[in-house]
Amino acid sequence: MMSLFLLVLGLALVTYLPRLVPLLWLKSLVLPPYVKRFLAFVPYAVLASLIFPGVLSSTPTFSSALFGGMVAASLALLRVNLVVVVMGAVFGVYIFQTI
Amino acid sequence: MVTSIQSTPSSSPRPTFRAGLRAGIPVAIGYIPIAIAFGLLAQSFHLPNVITLSMSFLIFAGASQFITVQLLMTGSMYWEIILTTFILNSRHFLMSASLSQRIESTSRKLLAAIAFGVTDETFSIASTRKEASSGMFVLGLNTVAFLAWNVGTWIGVFLAFGLPSSLQASMGIALYAMFIGLLVPSLTTRPVFVVASLAVSIQAMLQWWITPFFPISDGIRIIIATVLAAGIGALVFKEEEAT
Repeated sequence: MMSLFLLVLGLALVTYLPRLVPLLWLKSLVLPPYVKRFLAFVPYAVLASLIFPGVLSSTPTFSSALFGGMVAASLALLRVNLVVVVMGAVFGVYIFQTI
Repeated sequence: MVTSIQSTPSSSPRPTFRAGLRAGIPVAIGYIPIAIAFGLLAQSFHLPNVITLSMSFLIFAGASQFITVQLLMTGSMYWEIILTTFILNSRHFLMSASLSQRIESTSRKLLAAIAFGVTDETFSIASTRKEASSGMFVLGLNTVAFLAWNVGTWIGVFLAFGLPSSLQASMGIALYAMFIGLLVPSLTTRPVFVVASLAVSIQAMLQWWITPFFPISDGIRIIIATVLAAGIGALVFKEEEAT
C-alpha cells in the first residue's frame, strides 16, 4: 500500500516535469529539427505500440477483445466524438460477451 | 501584433478565468465517462480506492493512469511503469513548449499551475483559442477539466459495487478504444501511418520472436517500439511533414 503510494508520487513527478519544464524555461531554447520531429512522432508511435498487441488481451476473451477493437476502429474512422468511440467499444464487448 | 490593441495590460483576471472554465466544458463532458471507466477498471483489478483516487488527483493523465493499472496487473516492475509513463508523457513536453510561446503571462506560479493541467484535450482547445494568450484563461480551462476527471473517477470507484461483473470486465477495452480513437483519424497522413505501422511491426517482432527466448516485459517493449519507430520516422521524413 505504502509502496503503491510512492509509485503514484513517482508517476506524478514524471508526468509533471515534461509539462512544467518547457513552460518555465523553454521560451528561449531552440530544439534541433531532428529532436522536434522525433517528439512530434512520439504520440503516434506510443499509441500504436500501446494498442498492439495489448488490445487483444484487454477483455476476458480474445474474440470479444478483437470485436471491441474493430468497433472502436470503425467508429474512429467515422470521426465521431472520442466518448462515442469509447462507449461504443465497451458496449460492443458487453453485447458480444452476453450473446 | 493586432491582439495587443484589444487586451488591456491586465485584462481583469476573474472574467478571463471564467471564460476559460466555459471553454473547458466540452473537455469536461468528454472526460467524465472516460474517468468513470478508469475508476471501474481500477476497481475490477481491486486497486485500493485511495490509490485510484490519488492517481486522478496527483497525476491527471488519462492514458498514463490506464496503462499504469494495466502494467501493475501484469506484474511489471515499478521502474518500468515509471519509465513507460515518462515516455508516454514526453508528448506533453511539446505541448507545453508550444503553450510557452503563446501565453503572455510571466508569473512563474501561474505557469507552474497551468503546467499541471496540460493534457491532449486541454491543449487542443488552448491552441485554437485566441484568449489563450492569457494565463488565467488557460488555468480556467485546465481547472474544469481537472474537476471533471476527478468527479468521474469518484463516480467510477463508488459505482463499481452496483455493476455486474460482466460489464466491469468490458471496461478493459475502454483504454484501447480511447487510444484507437486518438490514433486512427491521424493515420491518413503518410508519415504518421508509416511510424504507427513501424511501431506495430516492432511490437509484433519483439512479442513473438524475441520474448520467447529473452523475456521482455510489456513496459520495455512499449518503450523500445516507441523510441525506434519515432526515431526512424524522424530520420526518414526530413521535411516538416511530421505534424
